Amino acid sequence: MLGTYITFPELLILLPLFAGLLCFFTSKKIGARTIAIVSSVLVLAVSFASLLYTDPKFAAYNNVSYIWLKYLGCTYYVGLDATGRVLTLLTALVFPLIFVISNKNEYRHQSSFYGLMLLTQAGLMGVFCAMDALLFYFYWELALIPVYFLCSRWGGERRIQATFKFFVYTFAGSLLMLTGIIYVYLHTGTRLFEDGTISAHSFSMHSFYNATITGADKNWLFWLFFAAFAVKMPIFPLHTWQPDTYDQSPTTVTMVLSGLMVKMGLFGVIRWLIPVFPAASIRYGHIIIILSIIGIIYASCIAIVQDNIKKLVAYSSIAHIGLMCAGLFSLNSIGLQGVLVQMFSHGINIIGMWMIVDQLERKTGIKDMSQMGGVAQKAPALTIFVIIIALANIALPLTNAFVGELMIFSGIWQFNTGYAAVAGLSIILAAVYTLNMIQRVFYGESSERVSVISDINTREKIILSVVVVSIFVFGVYPQPMIDLTREAVTTLRLSVGK
Amino acid sequence: MNNVLNIVWLIPLLPLFGFVINGAFRNMLSKTISGFIGSATVLASFALSVFVFLQVKNGNSHVVHYFDFIKIETIRVAFEFKIDPLSSLFLLIITGVGFLIHVYSTSYMHEEPANDFAKYFCYLNLFIFSMLLLVMGGNYIIMFIGWEGVGLCSYLLIGYWFKNNDYTNAAKKAFVMNRIGDLGFLLAVFWLISKTGTVSFDEVFSPATLHKLTTTDITGITLLFFVGATGKSAQIPLYTWLPDAMAGPTPVSALIHAATMVTAGIYLIARSSILYSMAPATQAVVAIIGLATAVFAATIALRQNDIKKVLAYSTVSQLGYMFLGLGMGAYTGAVFHVMTHAFFKALLFLGAGSVIHAMGGEQDMRNMGGLKKYMSITHITFLLGCLAIAGIPLFSGFFSKDEILAETFAHNPIYWGIGALTAGMTAFYMFRLYSMTFLGNFRGTEQQQHHLHESPAAITVPLIVLAILSVTGGLVGIPEVFVHGGHRLAEFLAPVFDQTNRYVSSHSTPHELTHQTELVLMGTSVLLAVIGIYFAWSKYSRYERREETTTGLSRVLDNKWYVDEIYDAVIVRPIRSLSVFFNHVIEKRGIDGVVNGVGKTVNYGARQLRWLQSGQVGAYVLLMVIGMLVLFIIQLFL
Repeated sequence: MLGTYITFPELLILLPLFAGLLCFFTSKKIGARTIAIVSSVLVLAVSFASLLYTDPKFAAYNNVSYIWLKYLGCTYYVGLDATGRVLTLLTALVFPLIFVISNKNEYRHQSSFYGLMLLTQAGLMGVFCAMDALLFYFYWELALIPVYFLCSRWGGERRIQATFKFFVYTFAGSLLMLTGIIYVYLHTGTRLFEDGTISAHSFSMHSFYNATITGADKNWLFWLFFAAFAVKMPIFPLHTWQPDTYDQSPTTVTMVLSGLMVKMGLFGVIRWLIPVFPAASIRYGHIIIILSIIGIIYASCIAIVQDNIKKLVAYSSIAHIGLMCAGLFSLNSIGLQGVLVQMFSHGINIIGMWMIVDQLERKTGIKDMSQMGGVAQKAPALTIFVIIIALANIALPLTNAFVGELMIFSGIWQFNTGYAAVAGLSIILAAVYTLNMIQRVFYGESSERVSVISDINTREKIILSVVVVSIFVFGVYPQPMIDLTREAVTTLRLSVGK
Repeated sequence: MNNVLNIVWLIPLLPLFGFVINGAFRNMLSKTISGFIGSATVLASFALSVFVFLQVKNGNSHVVHYFDFIKIETIRVAFEFKIDPLSSLFLLIITGVGFLIHVYSTSYMHEEPANDFAKYFCYLNLFIFSMLLLVMGGNYIIMFIGWEGVGLCSYLLIGYWFKNNDYTNAAKKAFVMNRIGDLGFLLAVFWLISKTGTVSFDEVFSPATLHKLTTTDITGITLLFFVGATGKSAQIPLYTWLPDAMAGPTPVSALIHAATMVTAGIYLIARSSILYSMAPATQAVVAIIGLATAVFAATIALRQNDIKKVLAYSTVSQLGYMFLGLGMGAYTGAVFHVMTHAFFKALLFLGAGSVIHAMGGEQDMRNMGGLKKYMSITHITFLLGCLAIAGIPLFSGFFSKDEILAETFAHNPIYWGIGALTAGMTAFYMFRLYSMTFLGNFRGTEQQQHHLHESPAAITVPLIVLAILSVTGGLVGIPEVFVHGGHRLAEFLAPVFDQTNRYVSSHSTPHELTHQTELVLMGTSVLLAVIGIYFAWSKYSRYERREETTTGLSRVLDNKWYVDEIYDAVIVRPIRSLSVFFNHVIEKRGIDGVVNGVGKTVNYGARQLRWLQSGQVGAYVLLMVIGMLVLFIIQLFL
């Protein structure tokens, strides 16, 4: 059946899509949350299963193409490659965790909340599987639109303002990318379909890779695409939507945004930007790495003086993503390998961080660290999880992030030693803001606001344990993750001719 | 006994196991059980380390490979352990002294609630685990895992009493200072990877790989590793965390200062000795920094009144000696001093802990005095420790310190002079500490006096064992002057430094001291030490508390040369100001200002344009006419 009627990428996209639609029509009794949990667990199972069929001889299980808009040269072509596999796995892993840790009746209009969440998941899966430029754009927007609604309906006090900023930024980026996609499309060759239809141009990934664009055009086109991805990641100075959005969105949505959505930007660079514009990627590598490094230091510094714990995590995430972007454009094998591993690790760790922040905010009702203190006395179990996750976040050895960051830094060093030395300062700054946070929130005598806090319950312990276990598993034995993504590194290096 | 290598992984894993058990069940275990688990796992590791030691006694070296940690096309980092005389010696020190500290802690920490007690042992075991990983690692990455691990554990243990803000500040300082060093370590590793494609000791030190490295490479790599070492081993400029690390429970100080952590930097350089010998420029830097730290810390120790602070600065100073030795190429001497220092410094810290315990938490020596009447075992063992660190002949510190000083004289007599003077200062401040604590009259409160008692056996037995080691530990390294072939330690370590020694002897003329010179040198440094002791004794043995007005240099010394204040003004505050500037000016007004400005402009423009759509036909006709006129005029002129 597999490969004949249905394939892995289709399952990954369609399961959450239908479950999401179903959610909108459920009554309170059945519970949209239950549907969401069941469907996301099924998706996780599919994702695990897909890891068993990575061998090229199972290509039929992993790739499928339907004719769609054939006069435009567009097909519904979805497939799983190494990069896609890692990111779909991350997506599949994160959603059930988010659903389970969210409380039962936390969100009003449950059915639409979980419906939109599942649509987001479908969109994300689509982005990571699309092998056709138009389809990619379609899913790119499909993933974003539910998030706008989620932020603006279920967010905090200043949600409208924050969502508006988020919308303007990302939509501007998307439009630039769309312009770029159409321009490249017009420079692709003709395409012959099996039924004899011929279209003048083609949206397929391979046609895009082989599009005949003149050198000068490539240069500005590169920036059109990069703008969209840079907003998403985000790269300095296009990042200011992020702290506000993370702060104002409901935490479940923030987890999706910071754990997964930012990966769309990195993924876009890997799947589209570098292979379509290899020469420009090499040429502008320096500029982008410098911007990334400025962002790393800048965001780390701001994190040091933040009082709002949510913004602190947001800025630390900006710094970490900047590092990945820099590693990506180092374009050497160790740097690229590091990014691919780190994308997964960062997703896990940042979600762990948000879970902790969410617990604090929910239990004390404050996000201002100057009003917190002494949580460790009241909630020792929570504190242990915080210390582990926060230290994983700053890449302590034997945690998952160490492996990725070690390779990324090493890649940047090989690109330019000076850049690596400057970027390396973030290792110190990260320690400063993380320990500041732990000290201000967890240590000391408990403040009045904190004295009411209770420790985490069993369900929360189990979820956080899943996070912690994956932190250590991939920290002690990262080789399977490296093996899983090796192919992507080879492909990328081939495309830039190295 | 060959099979001991098959289970060598148990050495670090046993303490890790203790960590997991104590951590997971900390709420259920009684103090006796968690203390037992903590100590027994380390004892078992010690037993295994003894077997390992016997295994490598003949100079064997083994690399035990487990699995690939990171393997990509350009580099392969394996999870591997290197077992050779150097690492086995460190294993013995870490697990041996570590075990004694565990035993001591079972009594010292007994007042803590049961779950905190378990947490304490859990951290202690993790500390031992990290340190073991550090010395057993067969490549720089595995070493780095332990390297950062001990940094983390010191953070957790210094901030053990986390309700106190000063303590958590000290913990944070330790971690951040260490991370600055760690960055140096990492950059060195990146450099190595990019030039040689390997991080494994055996491969890096092989002639083929060394051949790939230019002098610049080696100098750069060794300097960066040395930056790492200054962080971990508390050398100028990154030493300030160590005195503050006194915030932790006293046995933790003993663990950090004696058996683990601070010796990591020495181990790193001794392990990489071939690289350092190939980089004379780095060697010079190491020697100068070491010597400067030795003197500098000793001057601060002269006037400290906190019993633990004196010991802390003395550790910094002694570590300076070790780096001086490393810089002079006296790798064996430095490692020897690590060993003897581990014995007497652990003894002194634990002794100080016993005193503090008896004094009900008092650490100020001005409020002590006359304790020898009340705690005879602590007193005797402490005195032996002081004699050892002061370098009195036949005590362990004498042999190791003089080996370093002799080597220094051979290279640079001026350095030797400064080093010998520092030895005199060491003797002075140690006996100042001893006199103020144990001699004279008791100066504390009545209540404290009533409470004074000798500590229980769990505390005194480790003290006795360490005292024996402090007295006799030097006998493994008797110099040639006294006994031919008496330096058993040098023989034992010879295979480790063989490559380095061959390189050095082929690239420079050997500096051999005549036996006569060596004896004169020894006599001089012993004389200086005795003078130091005499001054301390005459000034402080009948010390009475009085108000002192300090001026000039003593004020500067009391304030530790104002280094913390300088760092605060030059580094900490500027970074904070910069961050605030980023946050308030660039982020909020700059970037967000532009983004919001664009939004506002669009809004404003739209509002202005709205007036055009007034809905009055007359206005539209007027505009139409104006528009046609404009077009007409343009047509006319073009």
